[in-house]
Amino acid sequence: MAFAQDLRRVRAIVWKDLTTERRSKAGFNSVAFLGVLILLLFGFALGPDAEALRDAAAGALWLAILFSGVLAFNRSYQLELDGGALEQLLLYPAPRWTIFAGKLAANLLFVLLVEAIVVPVAIILFQVKSTAGWLPAIGVMLLGTIGFVSLGTFYASMASRSRAREVLLPLLLFPMLIPVLLASAEASSSLLAGDPMRDAGAWVRLLAAFDVIFVVASFLAFDYVIEV
Amino acid sequence: MSHAVPLETESPPAAVGVTRPIEWLGLVALLALVGAQLLGVLTSPPDRDMGHLQKIMYVHVPAAWNSFIAFFVVAICSLLYLWKGQERHDLLAASAAEVGTVFTALTLALGSIWGRPTWGVWWTWDPRLTSTAVLLLIFVGYLALRSFVEDADRRAQWSAAVGLLGALNVPIVYMSVKWWRTLHQMQSSPSTVDPEYVVGLRANGIAVLLVLVYFIMKRYRAARVERLAEQLEERAALEGRDHA
Repeated sequence: MAFAQDLRRVRAIVWKDLTTERRSKAGFNSVAFLGVLILLLFGFALGPDAEALRDAAAGALWLAILFSGVLAFNRSYQLELDGGALEQLLLYPAPRWTIFAGKLAANLLFVLLVEAIVVPVAIILFQVKSTAGWLPAIGVMLLGTIGFVSLGTFYASMASRSRAREVLLPLLLFPMLIPVLLASAEASSSLLAGDPMRDAGAWVRLLAAFDVIFVVASFLAFDYVIEV
Repeated sequence: MSHAVPLETESPPAAVGVTRPIEWLGLVALLALVGAQLLGVLTSPPDRDMGHLQKIMYVHVPAAWNSFIAFFVVAICSLLYLWKGQERHDLLAASAAEVGTVFTALTLALGSIWGRPTWGVWWTWDPRLTSTAVLLLIFVGYLALRSFVEDADRRAQWSAAVGLLGALNVPIVYMSVKWWRTLHQMQSSPSTVDPEYVVGLRANGIAVLLVLVYFIMKRYRAARVERLAEQLEERAALEGRDHA
């Protein structure tokens, strides 16, 4: 009963955040556009050689997602802070984790929607071909995104309320995400080529372990971080 | 308003305190370091492959060991702060993070200086090297967070969470980078180096540990004084006086 009530609160926060986003669309449009722009810049930096582009595709795609997606997280708290709404949200007699869960789910949907635009563009620009089917690569994408968004949502709850939030968030977040970047890029390149070295499984397990550890850790730590 | 401002914490003289024991420790650490370095450099024969280049091990390896000790202190103190909420754990974590960051940077710089003549490159994407660099970045982020947050409770609570998550990530980073690449030689420890180098390495490990403890205590003291100054400033601002 109580848990069902908590889930309703989570849903309310997700709905509220996504509605705000849907009505303005400013955040989504600029973040998605930035992601595409970063891919283009990578293309120019790496040169037009199709082979070189294909090899770098997974890494470039992930960097485009990290650099554009990171802008979404501060925004999701900034909107609350502007109207003093975070205090109101904290005053509700509900467990704090529901706020984090709501923000996390809303950010996850946001980043997945951005990816729905950025990934096809990357496949076209970098002339990615798959010999083994796309489904496993999409699974890796999802796992990587969960790790990225859970830590991003957690660190933004601090960074958005500090001075210099624009620079602090990437400074805190990106070093933590190096295992996600490595595992996602390696696993998706390897899966797209049909996993010739049989190494994708290990990377996927690492990614899954990272997700479990940091989703749990950020849920636990959020209680401490949001109360001050 | 000229009466003395009563403080909730200790009065300034008690907090600033008698510095003598720490200064003694500093002197002992300095002497130990000089002695251990002389011991290492003078007693060990040149290495078969590396020649006298091997001597850099006496600083590089102790610095690496002790930076891990420092980050262990950060993790423990962060946990203690979240559990008990005592300011001293926060300040100790901050001091250990500062010193650990310096030692990690020293480890990387010395490794780089050693790597150039030995491997022929200043930098290589080897697991231990790369994960040490990531560790450095994680704790630079930790220190950046501290410097960007003014409110003391907030700073303490947040940095404890960031410190813990950072420490949690260290083994994962190491594992992921290890799978990614491999070239570093077996790390030097008393069980992998020639017996002729063991005494020098151990002595330097202990000497650098003394330096580490001295630095952390020194920074801890400074952090306490800074907190005290902040509290005095807040108090003065609340009473509407100009802070002299």
